[in-house]
Amino acid sequence: MKSNRVLRAPGGISLRLDVRAVTVVVVLVLAAFAASVVLIGTGDFPISAGDVVKTLAGNGNAGQEFIVNQLRLPRVLVGLLVGASLGLGGALFQAVTRNPLGSPDVLGLGQGATAGALVMIVLFSGSAAQVTVGALVGGLVTGLAIYLLAWKRGVHGYRLVLVGIGVSAIVTAVNGYLLAVSDIVDAARALVWMTGSLNGRDWDQVWPLLGLCAVLVPLVLVNARGLRMMEMGDDVSSALGVRVERVRALLMVAAVLLTATATAAAGPVSFVALTAPQLARRLTRSPGPNLLSSLCMGAALLVTADWASQRAFGADQLPVGVVTGVLGGVYLLWLLVTERRAGRI
Amino acid sequence: MSGTKNTYTRRSTVNRLAAENVTLAYDQRVIAEQLSVEIPDNSFTVIVGPNACGKSTLLRALSRMLKPRQGRVLLDGQVIQSMPAKKVARTLGLLPQSSIAPDGITVADLVGRGRYPHQGILRQWSTEDERVVQASMAQTGVAELADRHVDELSGGQRQRVWIAMALAQQTPVLLLDEPTTYLDIQHQIDVLDLCAELHEEQGRTLVAVLHDLNHAARYATHLIALKDGTVIAEGAPNDVVTAELVEEVFGLRCQVIDDPETGTPLVVPAARKARARVVATEAS
Amino acid sequence: MLVDSPPEQRAETAPAPPTRRVIRGLGLLVSLVILVLVALASIAIGAKGLSPEQVWHGLFQDTGTYGDVVVDERLSRTILGLLAGAALGLSGAVLQALTRNPLADPGLLGINAGASAAVVTAITYCGVTSLTGYVWFAFLGAAAVGALVWFLGGSRGATPVRLALAGTAISAALYGYLQAVMITDDAALGRMRFWTVGSLSSATDSTILQVLPFLVVGTLLALGLARPLNAVAMGDDTAKALGANLNRTRALSMLAATVLSGAATAACGPIAFVGLMVPHVVRSFTGPDLRWILPYATILSPVLLLGADVIGRVVARPSELQVGIITALIGGPVFIFLVRRRRTAQL
Repeated sequence: MKSNRVLRAPGGISLRLDVRAVTVVVVLVLAAFAASVVLIGTGDFPISAGDVVKTLAGNGNAGQEFIVNQLRLPRVLVGLLVGASLGLGGALFQAVTRNPLGSPDVLGLGQGATAGALVMIVLFSGSAAQVTVGALVGGLVTGLAIYLLAWKRGVHGYRLVLVGIGVSAIVTAVNGYLLAVSDIVDAARALVWMTGSLNGRDWDQVWPLLGLCAVLVPLVLVNARGLRMMEMGDDVSSALGVRVERVRALLMVAAVLLTATATAAAGPVSFVALTAPQLARRLTRSPGPNLLSSLCMGAALLVTADWASQRAFGADQLPVGVVTGVLGGVYLLWLLVTERRAGRI
Repeated sequence: MSGTKNTYTRRSTVNRLAAENVTLAYDQRVIAEQLSVEIPDNSFTVIVGPNACGKSTLLRALSRMLKPRQGRVLLDGQVIQSMPAKKVARTLGLLPQSSIAPDGITVADLVGRGRYPHQGILRQWSTEDERVVQASMAQTGVAELADRHVDELSGGQRQRVWIAMALAQQTPVLLLDEPTTYLDIQHQIDVLDLCAELHEEQGRTLVAVLHDLNHAARYATHLIALKDGTVIAEGAPNDVVTAELVEEVFGLRCQVIDDPETGTPLVVPAARKARARVVATEAS
Repeated sequence: MLVDSPPEQRAETAPAPPTRRVIRGLGLLVSLVILVLVALASIAIGAKGLSPEQVWHGLFQDTGTYGDVVVDERLSRTILGLLAGAALGLSGAVLQALTRNPLADPGLLGINAGASAAVVTAITYCGVTSLTGYVWFAFLGAAAVGALVWFLGGSRGATPVRLALAGTAISAALYGYLQAVMITDDAALGRMRFWTVGSLSSATDSTILQVLPFLVVGTLLALGLARPLNAVAMGDDTAKALGANLNRTRALSMLAATVLSGAATAACGPIAFVGLMVPHVVRSFTGPDLRWILPYATILSPVLLLGADVIGRVVARPSELQVGIITALIGGPVFIFLVRRRRTAQL
């Protein structure tokens, strides 16, 4: 690739950099930061961007400090972390299944987390914390079930996708049932959760997400090279020395953990996991897994979508999941058409 | 024409790659049982046999793609399954039958991926890597295509790019699974000539599965004929390729003459009765 | 090759030896008997226990007693189950032959999502409040999505994975829309959460009458396509060589499948997996000849649907478990089992 540069250091150390990809990552990080600052400033009490930055640095007045640090900053941080987790999780799923449509949305992880949450809401009238735990368990169990059911001397992309679709259909039916037998209050509450929202998220959601990302993201990035080799097929990558099944299992576990945790924190935010990797790829023009850029794109995307939702519909009126759903749906249809024309699906 | 069917006898030369009493199977289908094969060092070994005789399966077992249900595959005296993956990758190179070229990848990048076993997190692209990639591309004649996208190339060119990638791995042993299928005859000969070069000039050990018996006879220094998962014969082509063997393994009546170009055995299938009669009547 | 016989004759798969045909014919009769028994069970068994005399009274001497009302209800339900079941099974069999994909099912291809999205649009934006009202919308929604998935999935080049993905992706998009509407409109939430779980209980005689013409037309069309579809199932090149008019057969088949599944979904709400499971089971004992698969599917699918309905009524007394849940709980594992059985290359 023309945009590749090699950095060499003494001791035989050399690093290969895709300049374009690095630029994209930097731009996305800046964009995410800018969107965050603006988002923090949006709401019933608007705060200018300059003041936001001052307050973040510790120089704002007491009122601003409260609004920024207690109310809005955690929400934005959750948005960034959830977006990043979904972006990275989505990229991993798409790389492992070797299919741009093999995203956790399609595979039913969102449905699984919803099932967990619904069980908590409808059957146990659980508190918010319990719902979150229920969702996490639901997502993890579903991810595990899909992987195990697709495992047959190893996991091949297509089988994973189809099993995921099957599991998704079963879980969707169960969810529909729970929704139908609940009373209308629970149903409304459940529906709010199911749509994916950043409303009311605070520091309680930030720490677990932050901790998980801090552990998983480096772990995943270390295996990025092996994943890149695996694009060429199991045979070739095995021959090159990649421990294919081990890497795949590790990355799938990471992807499921990231997606399930993100979904537990914010509800199933549709389409971020699907679109972030695709958009990142279009920007970097690199055919590889694009893990880091997908992560940054996811974060930027979600925060921007939340800001758009706030501006267009007023603060807290429409959950961010609706906006991502609509945008994602449109993008998905376009993707289907172009991928199909290129024969890549 | 020695048949080494059920016993494993150690030869005097040290062989790097060998299968010892292996049973190979996919799910319920057993392809070979108690199969033992040794790949002589510095040879160009070709495995031949009719469809579904287990030749590709054997190659997959030798290359660590397939784990034998029983028995073991030895590389440099160690059981291949328990060796670290990268170490095996530095010794054994594989050109599989089916490989996927990632979208939009250039030739130079794809060949470069062959350097993976020699790289690490902090050693991502050394000057040695660069040199080897250039040399591999030059050797396979794809150096001018370095910046082209692999999906734009013809079948023959693509195959040479994959071979360049396997070469970039710099392995002393190279396994090729049907490298000439889907190529036209000129490219088939090109690829085989390249293999001969790698064997003779660089001293590599090559193991290839070929479906064309004449090609195998012409290029191989050591031939292994398989049928139904059993070794029917192995040895130098001159010894192994006889009319009786071809009939036994392939069920084809033929006569074997000397290839006018190389002196190696050339299989000439027997004519169908009708045409032979026509020829005979015309001649009379 | 047989160059002397005209194409249509060659298209005929060799007639099975007489004994096999007799056995299959007998099998069909046996299936019919089973169907009648299941239908009777559907009338006699339910959440509200009825004695045999009450059932008899309700069927033949309808005078308006409590028992008669219940029987009436169950009769409508059974009739709907028969019609919808047959429609779903036929639709699935046709889709599987058309796409040469044994994993095709109208539900997986997004038809249910299309119907749901259309219905919610009807409720919220068109002020439609009765089932008879939204039947048309559901039907149109199903048809539109069916066509869309067909084109996006690659029409001729459709592989199992492509179609399933196209269907799932479109479903995901449409369900997103559905959620957005439900979250902003309470009335929609109230109605949709019941409709989206497929059930035989909300049907009335008028609904049945509304969808009946479509079901009849669709069934006749599908049954008539058996022979041309046999040719299509063998692959494009072979089919052309045999003289089948590919495009026309394809278009008509898609039409039949969509009409049938659309009408069934419009009347009952989305019910998944019936169209997948029954043709599969049928194929295992009839082989790939659609002239046998289609009739068997027509008879055995209602057996499955009504059976599931009866189970749903019995298992959760005094309330009931909708048939859509039961079919998903049975069908999902069956689907996964089928996916596992196939070799990766065939997917």
